[in-house]
Amino acid sequence: MPGQVTVIINNEPVRVESGSTVAAALWSRGVRGTRASVLGHPRAAVCGMGTCYECRVVINGVAHERSCMVECRDGMMVRTTPPASAGCEHDNLPPRLPPA
Amino acid sequence: MDHSCDILIIGAGPAGLHAARAASRSTRRPSILLVDENPSIGGQIWRRGAPAWAGRLLAGANACSISYLSSTTVLQRLGPRAVLASTLTPSGRGPIAARITFDTVILATGARELFLPFPGWTLPGVVGAGGAQALVKSGLDVTGKRMVVAGSGPLLLAVAGFLRSRGALVAAIAEQAPPAAIRRFALSLAGYPTKAFQGLMLRARLASVPYWTGAWPIRATGTDRIERVTIRRGDRDVEIPCDLLACGFGLVPSIHLAAVMGCEIRDGRVVTDDLLTTTAPHVLCAGEANGIGGVECAAIEGEMAGLAAAGMIDPARRLLPARARARRFAALLDSAFAPRSELSSLASPDTILCRCEDVTTGEVKPYTTWREAKIHARCGMGSCQGRVCGPIARYLFGLDPGDARPPAAPVDVAFLAAADPGAIPGESPLSE
Repeated sequence: MPGQVTVIINNEPVRVESGSTVAAALWSRGVRGTRASVLGHPRAAVCGMGTCYECRVVINGVAHERSCMVECRDGMMVRTTPPASAGCEHDNLPPRLPPA
Repeated sequence: MDHSCDILIIGAGPAGLHAARAASRSTRRPSILLVDENPSIGGQIWRRGAPAWAGRLLAGANACSISYLSSTTVLQRLGPRAVLASTLTPSGRGPIAARITFDTVILATGARELFLPFPGWTLPGVVGAGGAQALVKSGLDVTGKRMVVAGSGPLLLAVAGFLRSRGALVAAIAEQAPPAAIRRFALSLAGYPTKAFQGLMLRARLASVPYWTGAWPIRATGTDRIERVTIRRGDRDVEIPCDLLACGFGLVPSIHLAAVMGCEIRDGRVVTDDLLTTTAPHVLCAGEANGIGGVECAAIEGEMAGLAAAGMIDPARRLLPARARARRFAALLDSAFAPRSELSSLASPDTILCRCEDVTTGEVKPYTTWREAKIHARCGMGSCQGRVCGPIARYLFGLDPGDARPPAAPVDVAFLAAADPGAIPGESPLSE
């Protein structure tokens, strides 16, 4: 794969092989959570093919982008969600009903 | 942006590419539009390694009108012969709306992995088996990473071999199928010499890696990522430190789009007749979405669907014996690698079942239908729309996640509004 590109992940430049997906770039310095679940647990890529939606991040200001489906481009701004920020995605969620 | 074609093919994996090639050879010279969600062609199995003929085909080698749209997700039907999709501009900006009209559409949406929950399966670093391969092929560097490959099926060997070729240290391969089933399967390969040879080559390349049969993960532990996995092996448990656990229990058909298009789904598969016509008008379906059959089967069905869509019914019919043979092999795989009953009791009541909404196994258990589980527990109500937890709910509790409503993938309301579906008379995506 020819050349490298630089993406900005949480304000830090990260160089990756061009053609890499954002999901690959996110783990280029170690496996870590990249999104907080509804209960605030760290989550990261699972399926690698766009079906599980666990690798969602903010890319160039657009929320809920599947990082495994997006190729890195020079200057791309990527933001992950810190863990333990429960409810950040579903602020207006109605309370769960008890079993019928 | 609007597109119009005679044959729309959704999915550029083995089935979709074979469909495109077969249709492109028709003397009727149909115009063909191939779309795929991914940045490149090849589907999951050929990810960035599609055969050279596929590239030549899309470059116009067969002198037919063929176009290809990457990073394009079909969201819903707009009418009998029209769909709405999200796509990117040629410079990569988007998503923007695309309305596509067609005479016939071929669904070649493939398969996804079956994940089964066990304590710790939501920790970062627990990925699919095919998932690990996909991530590495798309740039993830696993040099020096300690990995365990677990789950079921011949894919585990292929993935372990691939990960090693990329510098990973594969500590063990844990195959849940019992040793006797694997032996029976190996003997049955005598009728499929090519596959037997491929299997032997794979195994030889992995000679130094422990391959445990009758072994499965029961727990992953770590603080904010996986640090160890515990494998149950007969009557003892083995704890292995690792950076990544690649774990998949086989494949399940990807039927969401078919369901949204109005096709009948039965037992998690798209229902078709002999020539791959679905129950929805103008819709054919080829490959894994019709039931897991493997790459050869997907290729044959793709070719059949391409021929049928281009009006070449007799040539399509002549492929029926080859298709039947491929499906027989798939049935062998299915019985050898069927998940054992112990796997359904790995999750404890507080183990997450629906990852999008953080719904636990215990919270889903009281419900007897998928619909109730959705309404009362929010299982399957998140971004993946049941793609991960649906097959799990089926496996653990016998719930049938057959339904899917438009849009087939999450999309901004603003996107739908801007798409102005009213431009197509008589139909609106919101009038479901």
